[in-house]
Amino acid sequence: MRKILILLSITVLLASVFIAGTIRIGVAFPMTGNIAAFGEMTLQGVKIAQTLYPKVLGEKIKLIVADNRSDKTEAANVVSRLIDYNHVAAIIGEIASSHSLAGGAIAERSHIPMLSPASTNPLVTQGKHYIFRACFIDPFQGHVAAIFAYKNLKAKRAVVFTDVVQDYSVGLSNFFIKDFVKMGGKVSREFYQSGDQDFSAQLTDALSKKPDVLYIPGYYPEIALMARQARQLGYTGPILAGDGAEAPQLIKIGGSAVNGVYYTSHFNASHPFTAVGKKFVAKYEAVYKTSPSALAALGFDSYLLLRDAIKRAGSADPGKIAEALRKTKNFEGATGYITIDKYGNTIKSAVVNEVKNGKFTYVTTINP
Amino acid sequence: MSTSNLIQDLINGTLLGGLYALIAVGYTMVYGILRLINFAHGDILMMGVYFSFYFIAALTMPWWLGFIVGIVGAGVLGFMVERIAYRPLRSAPRISSLITAIGMSFFLESLAVVVFGGIPKSFNLYPTFFSKILIIGHTRIQVLTFFILAVTFLLMFVLIWLLYKTKIGIAMRAISVDIPTTSLMGANVDNIIGLTFIIGSMLAATSGIMWAMRYPQVQPYMGFVPGLKAFIAAVIGGIGSVPGALVGGFLLGMVEILIVGFFPNLAGYRDAFAYVILIVLLMFRPSGIFKVYSEQKV
Repeated sequence: MRKILILLSITVLLASVFIAGTIRIGVAFPMTGNIAAFGEMTLQGVKIAQTLYPKVLGEKIKLIVADNRSDKTEAANVVSRLIDYNHVAAIIGEIASSHSLAGGAIAERSHIPMLSPASTNPLVTQGKHYIFRACFIDPFQGHVAAIFAYKNLKAKRAVVFTDVVQDYSVGLSNFFIKDFVKMGGKVSREFYQSGDQDFSAQLTDALSKKPDVLYIPGYYPEIALMARQARQLGYTGPILAGDGAEAPQLIKIGGSAVNGVYYTSHFNASHPFTAVGKKFVAKYEAVYKTSPSALAALGFDSYLLLRDAIKRAGSADPGKIAEALRKTKNFEGATGYITIDKYGNTIKSAVVNEVKNGKFTYVTTINP
Repeated sequence: MSTSNLIQDLINGTLLGGLYALIAVGYTMVYGILRLINFAHGDILMMGVYFSFYFIAALTMPWWLGFIVGIVGAGVLGFMVERIAYRPLRSAPRISSLITAIGMSFFLESLAVVVFGGIPKSFNLYPTFFSKILIIGHTRIQVLTFFILAVTFLLMFVLIWLLYKTKIGIAMRAISVDIPTTSLMGANVDNIIGLTFIIGSMLAATSGIMWAMRYPQVQPYMGFVPGLKAFIAAVIGGIGSVPGALVGGFLLGMVEILIVGFFPNLAGYRDAFAYVILIVLLMFRPSGIFKVYSEQKV
């Protein structure tokens, strides 16, 4: 027993010697499960940023990736593990808003800054001091979707599909409905749950109301299947979604049914807003031989925002990083100039993209 | 709800119910013979779909050959699972086999994540003929619906023929009553049980492929929910009874669709309501619709 203890303590000592000289940053993403494609795309962006800027304050940045398996409970577990076991200075994560809410509660309690690349639900940062995000929030995204549906698509009647177990979907649905009704549109609602595969009953009900647009603020696996089933039931009109739609799997699984799917997003590789954005697209295309998604751009920005905060804080102390993050002003990222307000939120322009002939095509930009 | 909506819902319910029934038939067969709730059934289903997927996509085989390879591959996998995980526990208490089955389920899921990756893959590999739509009045029916119904009924009849009209079937039914005595009668118990698993797994893969044709994404956890639903369908029908599984499957599919049809606001929680119906039904008919003798339960 004593031998084991001695051995253990030597290992720990050795490990700490090796670890000195690196700053550890945790990455809590869904790498498997329902929304695994989100994790993969965002991580690609983070890695591009790391290749371009591997160091800060003369020390190497080490990324520790933890997989939350697209599961709310695991989302909290991985944050605990990153903090208690890997002793990270800060965390990039998580992606789905419901995961960020679960993981964020742990990070907040442990006073470790957590920066979400893509959780757009307002509750994620509300009342928290250590939680930040690199993306805009859903009151704005819902507003953009309502403007686009009413003005660009000329829709008067919308059916809104809400994923009842995703805070993201519930929030975004409500923000869209509020603005769309205010403009004079009519709304009816349908509901589903992440992981459902059959939407034929909801769609039958929805289509009998003769909608001009289906608004589905959910995630790509369900949107792809829903689009297929909607087309099979004879719907030919436009489908509008949120930033949860963008993943190559939307097109692979949806096939030709997803042509005519519009979605609000953060970025389009053919229209980068900044010089850093152009640099990111070039580097990404050189490495992965394809155009970067909005999530890759947000992953890239998250890494850079955190690195910038560490640089300005002059240390890897979690409290100081959080303080510096809150003071981020006009930081040039791939998705635009980023200012983090006192609530930890970001204000940025949104783009609307369309799936056209199996490609994510830029349609327009809508400013705050 | 308007009549045309109701008719469309009934069609949709038949399609979903047919899929549940097809999975439930395999589930119930293994249970009926071995009294083992094979929780890995849904995961063998998933593996079968992956086998077909890779044979068609990576080796550019024709789709029908890929389907056959997937089904046979699942049969081999089922045999191995029985040989490695269940056979050593055959004389152990039933609860041990149940736990092993759950363990096997997790093992296969994790294995698929490691080997095939966690990202869902698209199963758009079959001829577009199956996704064609027939329009009758205001009702739209996918050609696949008829295909799924045909396969489900065909397999049910084959299975009933196998169980009640062949020597192997007699041995299988004998095993379900008493293994040592069956062995004394000169039947090779190991082989018969192995065969039961092969057939059960091939049924699982067949239903998995049908499922993937309707909902064309393949991912490591794809078997979990259908497996659970099919288990419920089998219980509703009276677990161990092949016609019961069929009835239970159709009933569950129809109820799920009609709940949404009549109460669209409850759609997000339709699984919860499906389970409530199950509980109510079991309160009045504890052994399901088609009663199978039930001395032992897990």
